Amino acid sequence: MPARLDVAEIGHQIITLPARAMEPLMAGLQRLVGIKRMPWVFLLPNLVAVLLFCLLPVFINIVFSLTGSDRLYPAERPFVGTANYDILLACQNYLDPASCKADLFWRAVQNSMIFVPIQVVGMVTVSTIAALCLNRSLPGRGFFRGVFFFPVMLSPVVVAYTWQWILQRNGALNGILSWAGLPGSNWLADPQSAFFWAIFVTIWAHMGFYTVIILAGLQAIPKDVYEAAKMDSASNWRTFTAITLPLLKPIMLVVFVLCIIRSVQTFDELYVLTGGGPGSATMLIVQYIYEVGFAVQPRNFGLAASASLLLGLVLILFTAVQMLLSRKSNNG
Amino acid sequence: MKQIWRTTGGAVVLAAGATGAFGGEITVYCQDIAVGCAALGPVVESFEAANPGDKVILETVNYQTILESLPIQLESGSGPDAAIITDMSGLTRYYLDLSPYAEDAAALRADYEPLLAWLRGKDPDSAAINGIPLSMTVNGAYVNATLFEQAEVDMPAEGASWEDWAAATRKVADATGVPFPMEFDRSGHRFASLAISYGAQLVDADGRPVVDEGLKAAIEQFVQWHEDGTMPMDLWGAVGGSAHRELFSDFVNAETVFYFGGSWTIGQMDAEVDDLFDWRVVPTPCGPSSCTAMPGGSALAGFNTSDNPELTGRFLTYLAQPEQIAKIDIHAKELPTSQTLIQQGLDYPDASEKTQEALDVFLAQVPKMADTAYRFQGWSYQRAMMNAMTTRISQVLNDELDVEDALMRIKQDVETAIQAAEG
Repeated sequence: MPARLDVAEIGHQIITLPARAMEPLMAGLQRLVGIKRMPWVFLLPNLVAVLLFCLLPVFINIVFSLTGSDRLYPAERPFVGTANYDILLACQNYLDPASCKADLFWRAVQNSMIFVPIQVVGMVTVSTIAALCLNRSLPGRGFFRGVFFFPVMLSPVVVAYTWQWILQRNGALNGILSWAGLPGSNWLADPQSAFFWAIFVTIWAHMGFYTVIILAGLQAIPKDVYEAAKMDSASNWRTFTAITLPLLKPIMLVVFVLCIIRSVQTFDELYVLTGGGPGSATMLIVQYIYEVGFAVQPRNFGLAASASLLLGLVLILFTAVQMLLSRKSNNG
Repeated sequence: MKQIWRTTGGAVVLAAGATGAFGGEITVYCQDIAVGCAALGPVVESFEAANPGDKVILETVNYQTILESLPIQLESGSGPDAAIITDMSGLTRYYLDLSPYAEDAAALRADYEPLLAWLRGKDPDSAAINGIPLSMTVNGAYVNATLFEQAEVDMPAEGASWEDWAAATRKVADATGVPFPMEFDRSGHRFASLAISYGAQLVDADGRPVVDEGLKAAIEQFVQWHEDGTMPMDLWGAVGGSAHRELFSDFVNAETVFYFGGSWTIGQMDAEVDDLFDWRVVPTPCGPSSCTAMPGGSALAGFNTSDNPELTGRFLTYLAQPEQIAKIDIHAKELPTSQTLIQQGLDYPDASEKTQEALDVFLAQVPKMADTAYRFQGWSYQRAMMNAMTTRISQVLNDELDVEDALMRIKQDVETAIQAAEG
C-alpha cells in the first residue's frame, strides 16, 4: 500500500513539474499585467494562431478582391476598387446565367443551389438509415461499420478515378449491364446523368463520416426510454418519430450544418470526375474559383478572391442560421 | 589552439572548393513522356561528369503540374531552378536570360531562332535567350490503316479536306463496326489547327483576340461532327472548364479510325501499338483557307527565382550544344530545333521504320504551316484563348450556348484575362 502511494506522489510531482517551473514566471507576469488581464495572457497563443491562420488570410483575400493584375504579392497589385465584384454581379437577370457577364459564375451558383439541397438531404437520409441499421445487433456489425467508413479514408482523387473507371463509356458499369443484356449509357456525357452521378459519388464518399456521428447520437439515447415505449406497445415507426428523431435533433442539426458547408465546398471529386462538365452542368462555385484563379493563364486572382468572399458570406449565413436554430433548440 | 583550428578549417574549405565538393545543386521539372526526364538523363550525366560537384536533380512531374502549379510556384518565388515548359510565351517574366552564361551568345541565338522569339512574349525582337528550345512539335493525324484496308476504303490523298477525311472515316467505321470515325484531343491547341485552316485569325497584329467567320465555321463543323456521331462526346462533350483530356487509349484499342494528336506521341504510339495494326501519320487535312497544323514545342527554361542562376545558366547552355540536344531529340524521337541539326539531318537509330516515316510526314508539314499559326503560338495570351475555346465549345456541344454566343463569350473571356493581367 505505501509503495502505491509513492508511485502516485511521483506521478503528481512529474505532472505538476512544468507548472511549478513556470510559477515564478507567471507570478512575475501577474504582477506586471495585473490579475484581471491574466486570462488574456493565457488566450494569447491561440489568438495569435487564429489571427495568423484565419483572419490574416481573410484580410489578404479582401485585398486581392480589390486589386487587379496576375501578380501574387499585394504590393505589386494595382487597386481596382469594386471592379471584380462589378464583373461578378453584372447581370440583367440573376436567374438566367446567359444574361450575366460572368455567366460561368452564375451557372456555378445555379448548379450549387440545386446540388446542395439534394446532396444534403440525400446524405442525411442515407447516413441516418445506415446508422439505424448499424445500431441494431446484426451479425458482422463491426465489419459493416468499417465498410461504411472506408470511403471517408480514401483520397478524393482516388474516389473520383475509381468512379470514372466505373462510369466511363467502356467502364465497369456498362460492362455489367452489357453482360446482363441491358443497354449501357455514356453516363458522364449526358448533363442529367452526370449531375446524378456527381451527387451519388459525393454521398458515397462522405456518408461514412455522418453515419458515425449519427450512430454516436443513437447510442447516447437511454435504453430505458425505448423499454418504456415497448411496454406501451408503441410501434417501430411511432418509436422512431416520437423518441429517436426528437432525441437526435441536436446531433442532426450539427450533421445538417456540417453537411451543407461541406456540400457548398465540393470540388476535388467533381473536378477529377467530370471537370465540371458536360459543358458546365456539374461546375460548382469552388471549381469556378479554382478555374479563374489557378487553372487558366493569365490567372485572375482578383476575380477568384471576390467569388470566394461571396461564397464565404453564404457560408457565414448558413452558420448564423445554425447558431440561431441551435439556440432555439437549447431553449426548449 | 584556436589558430590551429582556424588554419585547419581554412585548408579544408580551400581543398573542398578546389575539388568542387561545394558545387551547387539545381532542380529541373520534367515530365515522363516525350522530351522529359528520361531524355534529359544522359545529358545530365555528361554535364555532371564534366563539372564535378555540380548536381542536377530531375524531378518528374505531370503535365498538369507544369500548366497549373508551376506558374504559382514561380510567382511565389519557390519554384524549381528550371523546367521543361510548353507554354513558352506565358511565363516570360520568370525566365532567366541565358546570354551572360553562354560562351557565344550570338551563335546560340542564331542556332535557335525563330523559336527563341516564342520565349520572349511581348518583346519577340529582343536579344534575350529565355530558354533552350528542345523540340519542335507539330499537331497531326494518326490513322488506323488496317481498318481502311479491312473496309476497302481508299485513304484520302495529300490535300484532302477535313470533310473528305470525315466522310472516309465514317465509311470505315460503318464497315468495320468501330464506334468512332474521328477523335480530337480536348485541347485548344488541337482545335486551333482546324480553326486556322478554316480561316480563323485568332489574334491580330496588335495582340488582340479575333473572333471571325473562320472561327465560326470551324466551331459549326466541329459541333456537327459531334452531333452526327463522327466524334465521341467523351472528350469535348463530357468534360467542362479548361481541362485537358485525351483518349489515346481509344486509338490503341482501335476504337477510332482517325486520332488528331501530335508528334510528341510517336514514341508512345510505336511502343504501345507496335504491330497490333498498321498505323500512319497522314498529312494535315485542309480547310478552305490552308492545310496548316499548329506548331508547338517544348523548351527548357531557367527561372530568375533560382538560388543558383550561374549553375542553371551553365547547365542550360551546355545542353544547348548541338551534340547534346541531338541526344535528347533522338531519345525522345522528336523533331530538332537547332538549325545545325536541321541542316545536318538527324538519324534515329532506335526508331522503327514506321516511326521514321511518321517523323518524315510531320517534318513535311512544317513548310505548310500558316503564318497565323506561328503568330498564335507566340502570342502571350494564347493560353487564355485556348482555354476560352475549350470551355465554350463544350458548352455549345451541351446546348448551353449557341455558336454566336460562344464566339462573343470567347472574345469576352480573353479580353477579361488580358485586362486582369495588365491591371
